[in-house]
Amino acid sequence: MSTATMDFTATEIMTVAASRLLKDGTVCFVGIGLPSTAANLARLTHAPEVVLIYESGPIGAKPTVLPLSIGDGDLALTADTVVGTPEIFRYWLQGGRIDVGFLGAAQVDRFANINTTVIGPYDTPKVRLPGAGGAPEIASQAKEVFIVLKQNPKAFVAKLPFVTSAGHLDGGDARARAGIPGAGPTAVITDLGILTPDPVSKELTLTGIHPGVTVEQVKAATGWDLKISPDLKTTEIPDAGTLTALRDLQARTAAAHGQSGGEG
Amino acid sequence: MAKITPLREAVASLVQDGDTVALEGFTHLIPHAAGHEIIRQGRHDLTLVRMTPDLIYDQMIGMGCAAKLIFSWGGNPGVGSLHRFRDAVEQGWPHPLAIEEHSHAGMANAYVAGASNLPFALLRGYTGSDLPKVNPNIRFVECPFTGERLAAIPSVRPDVTVIHAQKADRRGNVLLWGILGVQKEAVLAAKRSIVTVEEVVDDLEAPPNACVLPAWALSAVCPVPGGAYPSYAQGYSERDNRFYKAWDPIARSRDDFRAWMQRHVLDTDDFVGFRRVLAESMKEAA
Repeated sequence: MSTATMDFTATEIMTVAASRLLKDGTVCFVGIGLPSTAANLARLTHAPEVVLIYESGPIGAKPTVLPLSIGDGDLALTADTVVGTPEIFRYWLQGGRIDVGFLGAAQVDRFANINTTVIGPYDTPKVRLPGAGGAPEIASQAKEVFIVLKQNPKAFVAKLPFVTSAGHLDGGDARARAGIPGAGPTAVITDLGILTPDPVSKELTLTGIHPGVTVEQVKAATGWDLKISPDLKTTEIPDAGTLTALRDLQARTAAAHGQSGGEG
Repeated sequence: MAKITPLREAVASLVQDGDTVALEGFTHLIPHAAGHEIIRQGRHDLTLVRMTPDLIYDQMIGMGCAAKLIFSWGGNPGVGSLHRFRDAVEQGWPHPLAIEEHSHAGMANAYVAGASNLPFALLRGYTGSDLPKVNPNIRFVECPFTGERLAAIPSVRPDVTVIHAQKADRRGNVLLWGILGVQKEAVLAAKRSIVTVEEVVDDLEAPPNACVLPAWALSAVCPVPGGAYPSYAQGYSERDNRFYKAWDPIARSRDDFRAWMQRHVLDTDDFVGFRRVLAESMKEAA
């Protein structure tokens, strides 16, 4: 990516593009790491009334710095209320009160299924990943799901070694036939662009591309023959106010934790 | 009825080899001191249960305490992998570790079912996930009223649950606040329980709806100030993020890990000793 004329990084435009998708007033179940960064950026910019729910128990968290872990004290101190983890999953998620599940992933496939469990065979894994956490039920029960992760051939694979959390399964109406209530992933936001599922086949299609990125780059970073939308749009450049808000948030976070917002 | 007792005695009398043991804590209030004491006393063949196994389970697994792990997310929050956990799963070191893997919703419901004296938990869960293919304890049942298909998993019924909390009063009633995770459910699901606390006070001053575990529902209450370190206790201490980062290189090598555990845990008498030696070694490393 040519950055000579740009004053933002690939990670920054990914975060900004992801945050723009969150509408004000949305009730959002937030994963730690990139989703939490994007969701808090939305809250600090265009969506002050977004409700952030973390699986550790805080509802309506308004952290001043990005949490390093899912159970940081700042989440509890700034929340409207803090409930136990069973209540989060039983009343608030399973109860149908979540508009958007905002997830990260180690790997996704062409139908936006998610792997966070193993690389290689389950019983003799090449790499043992952390596991499911809250994602399987967030992915199935939130009204829709956004996934944010960096795009490369190891992360965007034709076939997942393990489906931890359901996206659109085998595509088409497979998800509805499996009895999964939510609409599933409606956007995958990466450092190169935005992929959305085809309305019928549910195959991820490149519908947005970040400025300075080429279609060839995105195809090379994808482990299957990526479909490109005939109506491919270039992502709007982040405005100065949003970039400043993001950088200030990360600077406050670094000062508080000694590093930026965590992945756990 | 809870006895207020030193941690060493509580572990000696309440945690046995082969037990199913849950040391719960969701980033906050993780009972590190109790985990160290279980390691010092050489407990083995434990089935460890926890939604979010992190450093203390990495240490217990690496020291050979565990035969099996029931969990839903295992990692070093904000840092990366648990290298001892991965070594046990990927290479069988120090011995093979059986795993039973769930989602958070599954585990949380399984604790609720355990606390409710039910044989299994029922949830809308795992649909479309491969987890039921690798975990025979995830099954599906039909609703007797609507015919709907729902996930069922066995209750978690630990022999012992161990948690850390902020305060106990002199009778052994315990108050905790902040991020509560599944601690209350984990205690009430267990046959026996140990609660380490920051302090013992005359009056809990708990508001009516506070999370209070009454003394008569607990086995032992042990004063261990700072006993959640490097996790934190809201109102008492901050999470030591530096330690979580420092753990990564220590845990990568079997030899470094063993040497570290020898010096900091096996060769110290208690958590005060651990904190003293840790302060020395972090100074050396700085």
